[in-house]
Amino acid sequence: MIIDMPNLELALPEIFVLGMTCAVLIIDLFLKDKNRIITYLLAQLTLLGAVLITYSQIGSPSTTGFSGSFIRDPMGDILKIFIYVITATVFLYSRDYLRARGQFKGEYYALGLFGVLGMMIMVSAHSFLTVYLGLELLSLSLYSMVALNRDSEVSTEAAMKYFVLGAIASGMLLYGMSMIYGITGSLNVVEIGAYINKNGTSNIILDFGLVFIVVGLAFKLGAVPFHMWVPDIYHGAQTSVTLYIGTAPKIAAFAIIMRILVDGMEALHTDWQQMLTILAVLSLAIGNIVAIAQTNIKRMLAYSTISHVGFLLLGIISARPDGYSASMFYVLVYALMSVGSFGMIILLSRSGFEADTLDDFKGLNERSKWYAFMMLLLMFSMAGVPPTVGFFAKLWVIEAVLNADTDMTWLAITAVLFSVVGAFYYIRLVKIMYFDKPEDDSAITPDVDLKVVISANGILMLALGVYPGALMSICQSVIQ
Amino acid sequence: MLFDLPILSTLIWTPIIGGLIVLAAGEKRARLISLIVSVLTFILSIPLYTKFDTSTAAMQFPELHSWIPSFNINYQLGVDGISMPLIILTAFTTILVVLSAWEVIKKKPDQYMAAFLIMEGVMIGVFSALDAILFYVFWEAMLIPMFLIIGVWGGPNRVYATIKFFLYTFLGSVLMLVALIYLSIRADGSFSILGFHTLPLSLTEQIFIFAAFLVAFAVKVPMWPVHTWLPDAHVEAPTGGSVILAAIMLKIGGYGFLRFSLPITPDASSELDWLIILMSLVAVVYIGFVALAQEDMKKLIAYSSIAHMGFATLGFFLVFSIIDNTGSWRDAALGMEGGLVQMISHGFISAAMFLGVGVLYDRMHTRNISDYGGVANTMPVFAAFMVFFSMANAGLPGTSGFVGEFMVILDSFKANFWIAFLAATTLILGAAYTLWMVKRVLYGEVANDNVAKLKDMNAREFVIMALLASAVLFFGLYPGPLTEVMHSTVEHLLQHVSVSKI
Repeated sequence: MIIDMPNLELALPEIFVLGMTCAVLIIDLFLKDKNRIITYLLAQLTLLGAVLITYSQIGSPSTTGFSGSFIRDPMGDILKIFIYVITATVFLYSRDYLRARGQFKGEYYALGLFGVLGMMIMVSAHSFLTVYLGLELLSLSLYSMVALNRDSEVSTEAAMKYFVLGAIASGMLLYGMSMIYGITGSLNVVEIGAYINKNGTSNIILDFGLVFIVVGLAFKLGAVPFHMWVPDIYHGAQTSVTLYIGTAPKIAAFAIIMRILVDGMEALHTDWQQMLTILAVLSLAIGNIVAIAQTNIKRMLAYSTISHVGFLLLGIISARPDGYSASMFYVLVYALMSVGSFGMIILLSRSGFEADTLDDFKGLNERSKWYAFMMLLLMFSMAGVPPTVGFFAKLWVIEAVLNADTDMTWLAITAVLFSVVGAFYYIRLVKIMYFDKPEDDSAITPDVDLKVVISANGILMLALGVYPGALMSICQSVIQ
Repeated sequence: MLFDLPILSTLIWTPIIGGLIVLAAGEKRARLISLIVSVLTFILSIPLYTKFDTSTAAMQFPELHSWIPSFNINYQLGVDGISMPLIILTAFTTILVVLSAWEVIKKKPDQYMAAFLIMEGVMIGVFSALDAILFYVFWEAMLIPMFLIIGVWGGPNRVYATIKFFLYTFLGSVLMLVALIYLSIRADGSFSILGFHTLPLSLTEQIFIFAAFLVAFAVKVPMWPVHTWLPDAHVEAPTGGSVILAAIMLKIGGYGFLRFSLPITPDASSELDWLIILMSLVAVVYIGFVALAQEDMKKLIAYSSIAHMGFATLGFFLVFSIIDNTGSWRDAALGMEGGLVQMISHGFISAAMFLGVGVLYDRMHTRNISDYGGVANTMPVFAAFMVFFSMANAGLPGTSGFVGEFMVILDSFKANFWIAFLAATTLILGAAYTLWMVKRVLYGEVANDNVAKLKDMNAREFVIMALLASAVLFFGLYPGPLTEVMHSTVEHLLQHVSVSKI
């Protein structure tokens, strides 16, 4: 029996992250609390190394390996680099926050890195099995991260909810996958695609399988009506963990949608277009309307996430390469906006005080006009007001919808109208920061690196808005 | 080599960068730097007039750079006879706003000045953008500084007013965005506005696009029945905010009709011109009566602005019935030019009226008409100016307010007697609400001790008022320079709209 040695070079970033994460885990065991910063630095080093490795692979043509269940392609490379950078930002933002709460432990970083590994596998998945592996690795890390603050009842409850609902979602996804496997006899997305193309799309079990897969994906994305976990988990988890959950995993979720629905089952697009349209419209409506009623900013951002998921789906609904690029651009921009907004909550929090209600932002302009301006940029970007980059993200998906083969002008109009509803709660936060009197005059004194990165994050909203061309053409070129 | 500079880009970016410098310089030096920047911008805008070629309708001072290549979005600028006067008006008004805030704004003057300077650049951008997305970016970006200006420096009910202002205009413009993207898809991915002008469209398409534009521009103008944000915004805004709102922002709506609605959807405009005419007449007549009933000076001027802008839109959309009736472009051109002159003149007059109210408000901290009376006794110079501007607002011959109204009324006779009749009621209503306010505020016995203690205008206020008064008088006696630059552009536009695009 001859065993082909798989092409390990393909998975070099994954192998590197895995090795380093194990090393972090072990080294952390031997560190005293005062030296915990070493764990943090190692985690950042891991991400830096991963960026370098993935960057060195950019440009080479896409290749599959591990019997076709793993793919390295330009889209994956870009998504992975964003995942590393976003996660590194998350780690940086949460460092002082964790330290102030006596939570500066190695587990946060180790689990975070395992989550990154899960996301990388999702991004590179080329068969249903790999998708599932990556997804579970990410989900399990997330469940435990939510539960990290074990003395807090809210966090424990959130973790429990997340685990139960996440398990149901995984079950749905797996069930759908098994049906597709039953029909097509393969788990590989390309072979599934080829089978559907050859044998036609009118197969009831295929449709059922698709429904279950879409439900599973919608659960993971947090699209309405499978969104119930999102606000509770965002709210219940510590801000450092919410920061993590709310950002990079959305990029990975976009990747598996691309792999499963587009690479695997594009032939069924008329079916999944309808399903996603329902999800998108509901997400836009519920997300934007319910967000208005929130007083807790983490819950508000949770509902805002739901509405952004609606927008993200619009690009995919168009079922055109241009639309997929638009969605990719949207998810990358969203991750940047989201990490900045949660970062601002962390910036305003201090030991024994969580700045997680809207009132905690009162009069921020009087306390620090610079940070108020950064938050202003982030909020206007979320609302999609030019000249911030959020506008171009929305512009592109709307263009994709209008460009779709079937006439979906109504969908574009629905989307822009709900974005007006959404603008209300973003500008309400601006109002709170600029027009209200501060209740709390304590100075905001972040460390230098936090200060620099959060400023860069805010400025990036404007810079990418003034010059979005480069990132747009990257998104365009990696999806043909 | 000053004259090699791309003049429009310079005009857009000088105030924006100046605004950022003001922010960085801090509160102490904010006023002086802002004044320098605004005067510099105005000086730089003068070549637009002196080097403007009045014989052509083509876009002048053109600039074209690729901005987002993958999307075919360009940084394309240019002005014609419609936008050029509006740009100069913007630069002129900003100087007045900076001057008017000199001692009055005590709270964060650096942010206040910076917001106005940045807004100046953005508004010039709106008037000079020839790429639809560039236009939209400027159009929306304008909302952010205005939102902050009303919200931070406004009156007691400012939060309600500013959020209403923001959401109203945002709602209006998103549909326009959909229309613009639709047009670009029809135009094979190009976002050039001039390209949209020549794009053939079916009547159904045109009507939908026209409707989307109408929502955006009608909110901005604002036209009845979507005008309700304006009185709130005006009342709560600080003086400078009201001035910019009335003098420039409202004009952007009117400009939108000329740059987008008429040339892109001429057939739909011709089909639906009755709707705009109706809305304009309601604005002139009904809003005129509403203005009569106001107790608050700023609210009164706000309603008077709506009525006056009704004249501008009336002038723009009368053209179809005039061409039908007389078949002459010349006749139609008179109405459209009248509308344009009305816009410019209203820019001066409304700015002056709001600044006048600001002068009183700074002293008395009330805008209620009933709190005043006999101001002329203690502030004679101010009273003289106010009476002059009120006369101009009522359309007295010899002031710029007369020219536009007269041209539009004259022209509406060629369209329909009853339109002319209703439009002409403004001469009575306008005089009634403005002069009645003047009577109650300025004349009569000194009403109370507060009025008795009033001090007349200082030199700074005098300069502002004098500048505006000379502009109003100049264009009232000699509107030639203004109509001259518009002439070829208006004629070209009329020829363009009279050809069907179906």
